[in-house]
Amino acid sequence: MNQTWGWLKSGIVLGLIFLLAVAVVKPIGVSTQYVIADCLIFCNLKPELAQKVVLDDGTVEYRSTNPYLNKHNGKYVKLAKGPANYGFVFVIAMFIGGWLAAKFGGPKVPEDETWIPRVWRENLGSSWGKRMLGAFISGFAILYGARMAGGCTSGHMMSGMMQTSLSGYLFAIGVFAIAVPVAILVFRR
Amino acid sequence: MIKQIILGLLLGGAFGFVLHKVQATDPNKIVGFLRLTDMHLAKVILFAIGFSSLLLFIGLATGLIPPTHIHVKPSYVGVIVGGAIFGIGFGLGGYCPGTTIAAWGAGRRDSIFMVLGGLVGAWVFVLTYGWLKAHMPWLFEPVVEINGTAAVTIADTGNPKYPALVSGMPGVVVAGIIAVIFMAAAWLIPDRIRKID
Repeated sequence: MNQTWGWLKSGIVLGLIFLLAVAVVKPIGVSTQYVIADCLIFCNLKPELAQKVVLDDGTVEYRSTNPYLNKHNGKYVKLAKGPANYGFVFVIAMFIGGWLAAKFGGPKVPEDETWIPRVWRENLGSSWGKRMLGAFISGFAILYGARMAGGCTSGHMMSGMMQTSLSGYLFAIGVFAIAVPVAILVFRR
Repeated sequence: MIKQIILGLLLGGAFGFVLHKVQATDPNKIVGFLRLTDMHLAKVILFAIGFSSLLLFIGLATGLIPPTHIHVKPSYVGVIVGGAIFGIGFGLGGYCPGTTIAAWGAGRRDSIFMVLGGLVGAWVFVLTYGWLKAHMPWLFEPVVEINGTAAVTIADTGNPKYPALVSGMPGVVVAGIIAVIFMAAAWLIPDRIRKID
């Protein structure tokens, strides 16, 4: 079986997932979890980046010497210090969901595309190193940009525009103003 | 606590599954959309936004969905600039922060490098945030501000924390009009706008 869905079915089901998330918990967002994962790795190397402080009256505060991690009363520190939480589990589960979809029902990723997508190969060649470097730089740009913007495709564009947030529209304008010419210029074939 | 973890597993799992099924995990499809040669994902995204928005605002109007679940992000200049930086990697790599994780699960292993780049990019932002705030404060200036907040919506959600640009009209009407435009656009956009020979 190697089945994909048409655009209408796809749109309905994808829309229902975003609706379900906001109805049950809160709007879907992914890019914050990259910061949490980073703090799980790097905050252990520099303990002053993630401090759990118990005050005299027993209340717990989370602080960081880094101004970004210290934002919103140390929200990121709290998430990184705390046990597994909704947002982090959500992102890990996305990996499992993708695996299940490819395994049961498909579409399967074509064997010659497990490392290099077809459109990349046709335009930029079959060099493994070139694609991995390209992917690394792309990953750097999307997360640096998403953190500057305060969200990514899921948080700003999908969840944001669903709620008619102005920020979702601003993000979409910034993204497509650059992504469309980049794709047209780089992938000509 | 355990309820949150189970919800995260179920909703995240469903989200990853659906991202793959709608082919948002396929860089060929993302690039096809961005270079306007295969508009499948454009139609999917437009319809998903319109459809979910319509149901969300009906849910808010009928009280089925509590307005406290609404979470609006502030509109500041960095949203547009950050979006543009995002656009470079999106156009070149063909993945988003979320789709690359589902794609990795589905077997697209270049996602490993996308995720590694993402972890480094997010951490570099954490480290440069203080410098940006001091030297490029305009990035953090609000684009629009109502009642002292930049977290604004177009339609009234009923959550007083987030003022609406269009006031004096029920949110479900304003959002409903926008939703119909989005769903109609999904319907009307051709399968391809450009052709590649």
